[in-house]
Amino acid sequence: MARFKIIFKEYGESAILLEWPKKIDESILADICNYSEILNAKNIKGITDINVVYASMLVNFNNQIIKASELVDVLKAVYQNKDSITFFKGKTIQIPVCYNDEFGQDLNTFLQQKNMRKSEFIALHCKTTYTVYGIGFLPGFLYLGGLHKKLFIPRKTTPNLKVLKGSVAIGGEQTGIYPQNSPGGWHIVGSTPLNLFNANSKLPTFLKAGDKVRFKSISKAEYDLIRIQITSNNYQFKEVV
Amino acid sequence: MIKVISPGFYTSVQDMGRIGFRNQGVPTSGCLDSVSANLANLLVNNTNECALLEITMFGPKLKFLQSYAIAIVGAYMEPKLNEKVIANNCLIQVNANDVLSFGKLKKGVRAYLAIGGGIDSSKILSSRSQFYPITTNAKIEKNDCLTVQVKRNPTNQLMNASVANKVDFYDKNKIQVSKGPDFEIFEKEDLAQLFNKKFSVSNNNDRMGYQLNELLFRHSKSLITSPVIPGTVQFLPNGKLVVLMKDGQTTGGYPRILQLTELSIAILAQKKVGDEFYFELTPTINLT
Repeated sequence: MARFKIIFKEYGESAILLEWPKKIDESILADICNYSEILNAKNIKGITDINVVYASMLVNFNNQIIKASELVDVLKAVYQNKDSITFFKGKTIQIPVCYNDEFGQDLNTFLQQKNMRKSEFIALHCKTTYTVYGIGFLPGFLYLGGLHKKLFIPRKTTPNLKVLKGSVAIGGEQTGIYPQNSPGGWHIVGSTPLNLFNANSKLPTFLKAGDKVRFKSISKAEYDLIRIQITSNNYQFKEVV
Repeated sequence: MIKVISPGFYTSVQDMGRIGFRNQGVPTSGCLDSVSANLANLLVNNTNECALLEITMFGPKLKFLQSYAIAIVGAYMEPKLNEKVIANNCLIQVNANDVLSFGKLKKGVRAYLAIGGGIDSSKILSSRSQFYPITTNAKIEKNDCLTVQVKRNPTNQLMNASVANKVDFYDKNKIQVSKGPDFEIFEKEDLAQLFNKKFSVSNNNDRMGYQLNELLFRHSKSLITSPVIPGTVQFLPNGKLVVLMKDGQTTGGYPRILQLTELSIAILAQKKVGDEFYFELTPTINLT
């Protein structure tokens, strides 16, 4: 696997920021995720968490345990010495979405603006395998890359004060899922019954940077069934192979 | 147990925050002024990890249902025990049915009330810090009952001890910063005014971030979304500066031009709307 030129920056008193070439690029993300996986496996003393977002990585550490300069030496050595083995194997998870009017409150306006049929919209939205470029903005919010060009649309001029948890939306060149009720300026096109974030779990999100997702169109009945399965802890995430 | 008779303006349970979950998009949270919070915990013989109350601007009214050792450090809000004024910065023994209330805010913004043993709310993602939607509520509410961990008796030496923040903690008008990761994308001359211009806290300030009143200059530099941390100064395209605080989001796309230290975050957290200060640059270690 290619080695990139990484810039190491001291960021505050307890974090090191690592910058790859500033591009949204699958091969850069793959290199960062692979490196992150190696660092996690090495269990380096003092690191509290590693945050991968697009073309950068933030290594948070406890400065009572390790000094920034020492940690940077360790990080550089690990990057230089990593062999070409791919450690990171991302998973592709299916995310069921109901595009009914009751959930996709902005979908009809969206289709009118685009002069597009609903079936065409759903086909375009569901045929892409989206890449998770990171998590942020809200707990459990996925930065997804790969939206079809035909579905690009400027954000709403007036944001909604309350977008419901699970809402699937499109804003600018991105599509995303609201993990909690929150204000938001994207066009709501549907809803997923899945919980994107569970604060009571040790691993609140089931996805991480480098994983992939595929949307699958479901009916209202299927939506209700999955909700019941989730509430009773009987839902199994479906991996796309 | 402690009963909340009235919650005050914004009183929340805080500790050192959620460490290790920023990669899930979870803000760190925790005490904004960790310096005062640590001193309060010290007085009641708690470790720094113990959860306490962060009281903002206007204090709550609390009834103690058991006897406790308590201490208040940080902003001075005329604390009263059963209507009698008590002091900040020392250990106070309270008895069952004693009522703690607060008067006017006289100095600073945030007071920290530590209780011997520490508040024993359930930990979510390894922290008791209140932050919605990780915790059910963002702050304490009327009629809440706060439980306290098994009390550790204060040692005799602490009975008469007092603490204080450094003399100029509240009046300090210099906020120490280092260069943020995106400082270099601007011309040095353009950013010079960052260090000779007076800035002030706008009324748009909370635990997520402090927007400053003064504008720098307009720019059109946008970045690919990247991690941010508490104390990061974001430079918005319209020229505004926003200092991210501990409930601030984990990622952002605005240039990160300055970075506050933990101590600077504490000092800023005690500044009111309109309070003025200068940024003072401290050197960063060159890592590359």
